[in-house]
Amino acid sequence: MAEDVRALSAQLAQDPQSLVFLRLAEALRRKGQLDAALRVALSGLERHPHLADAHDLYARVLTDKHDYERAFDEWDMALRIAPNHTGALKGLAFLYFKVGDLAQAEAHLELAKRIEPDDPSISQAVSMVRGGEAPPAPSAPAAPVESEAAPVPALDEARVFAGLEGAQEGLVLLDAAGRVLGGALRNPAGADVTDAVAAYLAGVSQEAARTAKLLGLGAWSGLSAEGRQGNVHVSQPSKDALLLVVRDRGMPLGRLAILAQRATAMAKRWLEKQ
Amino acid sequence: MNTALDLITRVRGVRGAMLVSAEDGLVIAEQLMEGIKGSAVAALAASLAGRLRRAMEAAGLGTSVFWHLQADQGTLLVVPAASGILVVAVAEADVNIGLVRLELLRAGEAVA
Repeated sequence: MAEDVRALSAQLAQDPQSLVFLRLAEALRRKGQLDAALRVALSGLERHPHLADAHDLYARVLTDKHDYERAFDEWDMALRIAPNHTGALKGLAFLYFKVGDLAQAEAHLELAKRIEPDDPSISQAVSMVRGGEAPPAPSAPAAPVESEAAPVPALDEARVFAGLEGAQEGLVLLDAAGRVLGGALRNPAGADVTDAVAAYLAGVSQEAARTAKLLGLGAWSGLSAEGRQGNVHVSQPSKDALLLVVRDRGMPLGRLAILAQRATAMAKRWLEKQ
Repeated sequence: MNTALDLITRVRGVRGAMLVSAEDGLVIAEQLMEGIKGSAVAALAASLAGRLRRAMEAAGLGTSVFWHLQADQGTLLVVPAASGILVVAVAEADVNIGLVRLELLRAGEAVA
């Protein structure tokens, strides 16, 4: 583990903007180096204030330090950013149990169970709460956040983008606050990066609107970007929603724009039905 | 630097081109048609580039090579050069995007 901390520290020093701080702070927390974990988590949170996983991590460290009030606020914030964040739901359930509010503890765990029905730890925690036992203290996901290839949480991709190519790995529909409405996004390593990208994209949308307005270009209709490992197209199916389509570099920007048009039309229909 | 901008502004439909510091959003060089607020465009382009860069990195797409913002009455096209300079073009909505992209990439190599 000590080697992990050194390696992760080196990675973070090399790229302070990366999400490796999540793994580093968790490694420090597991080693019991809570002050160091707190510093890393807080520093990461300052760089990524809209990342639900960062608030979840910070809350876990605060819980270890018995600062339950601030931990509650952080998990509450994580849920505002990502309402389906099961780590935050489990964390809040733990805190509710601590103050004797068994009904709220169970309600939060039940919600987590609906989101991740195959997670045995949640079912176990529900049983423990019903039996009057404290649920396990919140812990990080088994696999590191950046490299995990766990199943994507139950999102609404089937309803929003049914039949569209890549609906479960390269299409995401967001609301104006960057919360995921449907779809999912994986990076080339297969890890689910939906929430992290969603948080950044909310800001992109506002900047795009301001830029187009200032240039007198009218309303913006799309933003296409070519990356070294893949291409992306962002559009607005409605005033309060944002659609992101991501594909590898094998799909040229022009073709990506056509695919994005189809996805935008589907998203529009879905939004109108809601 | 002005030669690099010349090549971009010669493309039909391009209303102006700029070199912008990606770090602070300040104008390094510009050739703009009258009415375009260079300093404001530079600041917003740099801000948008920064946010887009972070989103693309989070998505595992690597650094951005080229991006363009499409709007009803025009488009903004940007190439982030290796030197931390953004090569920016403002163009009509019906401009030849492929051609402008090529000229922006060339300019990006020239200023790197």
